[in-house]
Amino acid sequence: MVKLTIDGLNVTVSEGTTVMKAALELGIEIPHLCFLEGINEISACKVCVVEMEGKEKLITACNSAVEEGMVIYTNSPKARRVRRSNVELILSQHDCHCATCARSGNCNLQKISNDLGILEVPFKEEVPKVPWDDKFPLIRDSGKCIKCMRCVQICDKVQDMRVWDVQNTGSRTTVDVSGNKKIDASDCTLCGQCITHCPTGALRERNDISKVFDALADPGKITVVQVAPAVRTAWGEELGLTDNESSEGRMVAALKRMGFDYVFDTNFAADLTIMEEGSELLERLEKPGKYAWPMFTSCCPGWVSFVSRRYPKYLRNLSTAKSPQQMFGAMAKTYFAQKKGIDPHNICSISIMPCVSKKREASLSYMRSAGAGQDVDIVLTTREFVRMIRAEHINPKFLKEQPFDSPLGESTGAGVIFGVTGGVMEAALRTAYAVVEGHNSEPDAFREVRGEKGRREADFQIGGKTLHTCTVSGLGNAEELMQDIMNGRVSYDFVEVMACPGGCVGGGGQPIHDGSEFALERGNKLYELDRERQLRFSHENPEVQKAYEEFLGAPLGVKAHELLHSEHVNDLVYNTHNYI
Amino acid sequence: MSRLSIATPNKAQLTVERLYKDLERRIIASPPGLCPVDLQLSFLKLCHAQTCGKCSPCRIGLGQLQNLLEDVLEGRASLKTLDLIRETAEDIMNSADCAIGYEAAHMVLTGMEGFMEDYRHHIEHGKCSCHITQPVPCVALCPAGVDIPGYIALVKEERYADAVRLIRKDNPFPTACALICEHPCEARCRRNMIDSSVNIRGLKRMAVDSARANTVPTPEKAESTGKRVAIVGGGPGGLSAAYYLELMGHHAVVFEEKGRLGGMLRYGIPNYRFPRERLQEDIDVILSTGVEVRLNTRIGNGEGEIPFEKLREEFDAVHVAIGAHTDKKIGIEGEDSRGVMSAVEMLRRIGDDDMPDFRDKTVIVVGGGNVAMDCTRSAIRLGAKKVGIAYRRRQEDMTALPEEVEGAVAEGAELYTLKAPHRIEADENGCVAALWIEPQIIGPIDAWGRARPIQADVPLQRIPCDIVIVAIGQGIETRHFEESGLSVKRGTIAAMSDSEVGNVKGVFAGGDCVTGPATVIRAIASGKVAAANIDEYLGYHHVIPCDVEIPPVTYEDKEPCGRIQLSEEEAGERKKNFDAFECGMTRQEACQEAGRCLRCDKYGYGSLKGGRAAIW
Repeated sequence: MVKLTIDGLNVTVSEGTTVMKAALELGIEIPHLCFLEGINEISACKVCVVEMEGKEKLITACNSAVEEGMVIYTNSPKARRVRRSNVELILSQHDCHCATCARSGNCNLQKISNDLGILEVPFKEEVPKVPWDDKFPLIRDSGKCIKCMRCVQICDKVQDMRVWDVQNTGSRTTVDVSGNKKIDASDCTLCGQCITHCPTGALRERNDISKVFDALADPGKITVVQVAPAVRTAWGEELGLTDNESSEGRMVAALKRMGFDYVFDTNFAADLTIMEEGSELLERLEKPGKYAWPMFTSCCPGWVSFVSRRYPKYLRNLSTAKSPQQMFGAMAKTYFAQKKGIDPHNICSISIMPCVSKKREASLSYMRSAGAGQDVDIVLTTREFVRMIRAEHINPKFLKEQPFDSPLGESTGAGVIFGVTGGVMEAALRTAYAVVEGHNSEPDAFREVRGEKGRREADFQIGGKTLHTCTVSGLGNAEELMQDIMNGRVSYDFVEVMACPGGCVGGGGQPIHDGSEFALERGNKLYELDRERQLRFSHENPEVQKAYEEFLGAPLGVKAHELLHSEHVNDLVYNTHNYI
Repeated sequence: MSRLSIATPNKAQLTVERLYKDLERRIIASPPGLCPVDLQLSFLKLCHAQTCGKCSPCRIGLGQLQNLLEDVLEGRASLKTLDLIRETAEDIMNSADCAIGYEAAHMVLTGMEGFMEDYRHHIEHGKCSCHITQPVPCVALCPAGVDIPGYIALVKEERYADAVRLIRKDNPFPTACALICEHPCEARCRRNMIDSSVNIRGLKRMAVDSARANTVPTPEKAESTGKRVAIVGGGPGGLSAAYYLELMGHHAVVFEEKGRLGGMLRYGIPNYRFPRERLQEDIDVILSTGVEVRLNTRIGNGEGEIPFEKLREEFDAVHVAIGAHTDKKIGIEGEDSRGVMSAVEMLRRIGDDDMPDFRDKTVIVVGGGNVAMDCTRSAIRLGAKKVGIAYRRRQEDMTALPEEVEGAVAEGAELYTLKAPHRIEADENGCVAALWIEPQIIGPIDAWGRARPIQADVPLQRIPCDIVIVAIGQGIETRHFEESGLSVKRGTIAAMSDSEVGNVKGVFAGGDCVTGPATVIRAIASGKVAAANIDEYLGYHHVIPCDVEIPPVTYEDKEPCGRIQLSEEEAGERKKNFDAFECGMTRQEACQEAGRCLRCDKYGYGSLKGGRAAIW
């Protein structure tokens, strides 16, 4: 243990603790900008500077380890002045039009600058302007980048995609796409983790809100919206709602208040996905020689992008089942349209997703099975959804809960847990077991696939055979998985991969909390919803059963194949590039 | 009113003088990998500040060139801008009154020629193609990439054995490099920005003097792969490859034509610089990994020699590291006289303890490199009455390290600079009687910035002597390998940067026989590279790790502090024998010197990109 004094208070902490953490033990929160624990401890911003007695130069609290007898002042005149000066310097190269920034009110730079009482910057404004393709689903605004390097680090260390890198040298040093590539030709899977870890508004999703408002305002359009499972766990965070207030019912009510004609649940399509993907797994297990192993899940577009960019040979391992978003879109413009007697061309199909990659998935040229334009026309992230609620000055607290509409609104607990890592696997196993064994398992029989670890293995007995499964979240873990598979170090039957750590609940389109990860907490909410659902097996979803009866026929049947499956092709080649 | 007054610099002038010195050191410590166009712009800015302001091309032109370069860097330029930059620079060069103007413009033109690609990249892509790959300057400049800040921190903590283990991860010759490395690592040491570079070699010496290499065990070997690799040449390159291959679980067999191992470390570098017993410490450690050695074994088609093809048949891979051990002749009259000896021959004899007798002889060494100095200082120790160095350029043009030249002079060597050898005069018995030399004057500077000597308008001079030692470079004996199908270019074996000899599968080459005569650390690096790529070639991917934990940084302010130099025994005493004369640091000195390290592995770009390659 190491004893030291911070701002006149004594504290004892274990060896190797940073000054910042030691100060926190005393309730002293040292301001910081670039620091991201375990990911980015490079003291680039020099905002966390503190004075160490007996030393002329200041030290950075974020990455300096405590020493015995150290005397630290976090607010000495020198520390205060230097911290302020460094924030002013950063502001001199930052586009400070906070009023038009997506991160206004949720920006650490804005907060620190306000906290320090900086009302004017004594330096010349030098905001860099680097052109960017504003049609791409991920937008980088060089004028807002503070070169904290978090995006580089998260993409390198957590996702192992190495899309971002330091560009140029000397005073022109900045962040840009690595290898002198353009972003749309890079390996970017649009996982959006760089966005959720950016301290400012330098990275954000493409703003598609106005397209939605246009559709809502168009009397000739029938607006059909679907909401992904993970969205309901997080939409209330930025609106200051309690867990009770941010219920599924109020979320539906908010959407109805905005004027959507039909509010449906992506969970319905998740159950449908299980019917198709579960059947596909059983089909593959029946004819193992015919297929490539292991079978990979295909609902995460970040993961599908990853496979097509890094391991195109393994595209055939992906389940041909489309993601719930795309199954929903195809069903909305066919089954639903027929049922309601609507011309599918008049339907505007909108989805609300915890994800940025879904914006690209929806725009792929082969996602037009219904024959009425793209199956999903517009994709919004959870953050955009929250912004719309604000724009419509809706206070969800005062809304009465409402149910999802029918026929694409009913869902089971199995569909709900799609939003958390291991959920697709667990849902598929529940149904596969029931199909093979002829009876349901305990709903939680496959809970071994759950967990915080980035990669988990579990074996299950189904039909007297052992099924080897692996569940992975985070693309860095996916890269390791692929290396292990390629080098024959592991052998699995069924593998679920989600690009974002923790699954969609930790998705790149979710609300941002600088320095904190919320995936675990949100995931637990989904498990709670699963527990509370009357129905917990996808095959028991009555609306899904009805859809097969009335429209689809059997899982993997001709119609299902036409609408709900696709051969995954390299999306770099097939990207329509119009990004709707 | 006084008619004249004595000019004394004022405070501002004195301060600027001091800042010039600071800037000079700063330029020395410029990190590798910077954008050359950006640097060009800052050079121009300095040049512009120097203008007296009289002539318009300089006063205005240098400013406008800056604007144009700024356009390039900011992505506002087109390829036409480059023409304008070139033409403007040419015009300034052709019309400015004085060097302030025309030399500034000349720098721009030199840059446009030297890094046109970078200019174009900026214009075509709107960004720079430069990239800082290794953020720690000393590590970036060490050919073997040794973890220098790591071992300096260990020396500071007096963890000498750990320092040796850490060095050995990238270099199995810690002792050799501690004593005789040319320390390219020190060249751009960031400490230069404060005062002067850290004495890195001196600190390494502290480590190996305090924890002798042969007392520090090697890491555990990987499981045997059953693969066998032949290594031709038992010098630093070959032995380094052998060491790492053994650690990776392959079996290395070294074929050495001479009677002992060490290559140029034994047969090129005299004992007083690198005592044989210290060399043996490194060699013993390398052999302890199980390397098999065949001494007095030549690869060739002669009698008792092993043909190269046989190695290829019997081994899974072959590494050629034969060094550069053949003489180069001056090509002057009388060179075949008795008493003319090549540097290679002389140092080889000394290496085999067959000491030439130079007692009461006058010796002239021809050449200006480190080998010439080794010959000179050895000749003094062999009892020569007088030793001179004949060199056709000036002392400052010598390629030998300045301290080697100074050491030779201190030990009594005469420098005959600007003296080109013309012919060797022999007596009636065919023995050397004198060296005739052509006096030179120093002349124009060549494209590489080196002044070329030209013949002086004076008569030839005669320097009486008994022995002439020719130390003008070494060649490589490539004939047998060329006949065996290895491609040879300009007298060296044509290996690629991954050591593979492109045209023959499974054959690798490295060290002096590929690069031409170079430094020991480059040979070691080539062995490391070869080992890694042979491992891959054999279908493996072994990594060489090191589990030594690097001490964390400490928080002392980095106050300016002089660099500790290693002391030497006095010249008059040391020249009497071949004993080592360089003295290591004391603990006090080592601790202070190690404390000067700025820990670029932890601060600056190192903290972003990672200051070390923990494994390779």
